[in-house]
Amino acid sequence: MKCDFCDSKATVFLTQLVEGQMKKVCLCDSCAKERGVTDPTGFSLADLLLGGIPATAPVAGAKPKSAPSQAAGVKSCPSCGFSLEDLRRVRRFGCSECYDVFHDEIAPMLSGMHKGVSHVGRVPEGLMAMQFRHKRLEELRNRLEQAIAAENYEEAAGIRDEIRNLETSASV
Amino acid sequence: MMRFTTLIKHPADWMTGGQEEHGAVLTSRIRFARNLRRHPFPGWATRDQRAAALEMMRPAVEALPAMKDAFSQELCDLSSVQKQVLVERHLISREHAARSDGSAAVIERRQSFSLMLNEEDHLRMQAIRPGLQLAAAYASLSELDAGLETQLEFAFDPTLGYLTTCPTNLGTGLRASAMLHLPALVLSDQIGQVLQAVNKIGLAVRGLYGEGTESLGNLYQISNQSTLGESEETIIRRLERVISQVALHERNARAKLLEDDPSMVADKIGRAYGVLRHAHIIDSKEALNHLSLLRLGGNLGFFPAGTATLCDTLLMDIQPAHLQLHAGRKLSAEERDTIRAEIVRSRLQTLPTPDNSSNNNNGENLSEPITPGDA
Repeated sequence: MKCDFCDSKATVFLTQLVEGQMKKVCLCDSCAKERGVTDPTGFSLADLLLGGIPATAPVAGAKPKSAPSQAAGVKSCPSCGFSLEDLRRVRRFGCSECYDVFHDEIAPMLSGMHKGVSHVGRVPEGLMAMQFRHKRLEELRNRLEQAIAAENYEEAAGIRDEIRNLETSASV
Repeated sequence: MMRFTTLIKHPADWMTGGQEEHGAVLTSRIRFARNLRRHPFPGWATRDQRAAALEMMRPAVEALPAMKDAFSQELCDLSSVQKQVLVERHLISREHAARSDGSAAVIERRQSFSLMLNEEDHLRMQAIRPGLQLAAAYASLSELDAGLETQLEFAFDPTLGYLTTCPTNLGTGLRASAMLHLPALVLSDQIGQVLQAVNKIGLAVRGLYGEGTESLGNLYQISNQSTLGESEETIIRRLERVISQVALHERNARAKLLEDDPSMVADKIGRAYGVLRHAHIIDSKEALNHLSLLRLGGNLGFFPAGTATLCDTLLMDIQPAHLQLHAGRKLSAEERDTIRAEIVRSRLQTLPTPDNSSNNNNGENLSEPITPGDA
């Protein structure tokens, strides 16, 4: 049997049962080592899936080793510089914005890792409040500018007070 | 600020607070993974970026009411033995112990909460409770999380939930786990079947000590794998249900062993007692396996109340780094085996010989013939 990642003979076979579904991966010695499949306890198929992300467009049978040479036009995260090649290598992301940048690459893998593909549960209240406040402040500042431009000073004073209130509540 | 020696001097609350009736479940643990918005994840960040993230998080964490007078140290200020002791106490991860500059550990005085700063994620926080108390641990950690999210802006996406360094933690960022002691399921060869069933519902099972499928001390950890698509409550409720079922299987297996083969049970517990009471050289594997049987004996009434807790404390104190901390110097493997035996002997000095007559008096006795005319 051939290795799922290159053409060598597979010697490492992994089977995991997830929700009664059998997931099987075959690897050769060197691919197993490269992907860190050495400690069976600290290993999950999810990690392997991430390790299997092709460096550029998916090329069937492309050896991971040859990937860096094609790195020229590789997509990378504008805010942290993380590239798809890095994801394949470390199986982790560079920053939270990477999830936007590599959305198309990561989306198909989520269903193999998790019970669902969209979040249910806890939401950071503070964050929501903060985002709401930022948005509201921006809105008020725009209105303040408009009111001043229109020489509507009474309204401007009211808006200024509201901004002040919001700003002081933020520092608590 | 609390010193390392003060923190470690006493066993954690969750090591001594266990209820005997929950004999099979030692501890429950809840962990959240959180990250800061607009900061690169620790593994990808430069030294300066990591330091900046730490500088932002550390005051917020230390200001939490629950973390008053907590232990708080940068990992570069701890010796490798000290870090290893924290790993053995389950207060920081093995991965975290390998870090130094720009990473920190903040641990609550009674060791019920611990927060790892700049681990794989910016923030990994955990709550530990004795016995099966996942929901209670979750409630207490949520409170901590709520206190932090007003101070720190966490990376969150409405669809993907909390954004984590590794996509396997996306969504809730929740890892809920329990540590179980399952000697009777092992002795009666049912363990494989039970663990397979647990695996089938998408939960992860692994031996706590030992490598691969082998588990030393009959200790197993069950945890969730999926973190996205289900609420924290759903994940925790399923885990609690499964874990109490496994605990029930263990209880039934214990009762059946006592009924079918009481001399085998008494023999195993007696031998474990003999070795632990009298050995002068004992390696960690042998000690863990005998302590497991001694603990079983405690649960079955062969020993006075409190024996299981004594075993749980010993389990921690005979780990390599704990031994070196106790000795105050680096020890060779041979020296460790001698000191380990010394500690075990001294702790068990007052433990009486195993006696299963309490079981006999309960009418569960099958080893003595019942003579109807006698009463």
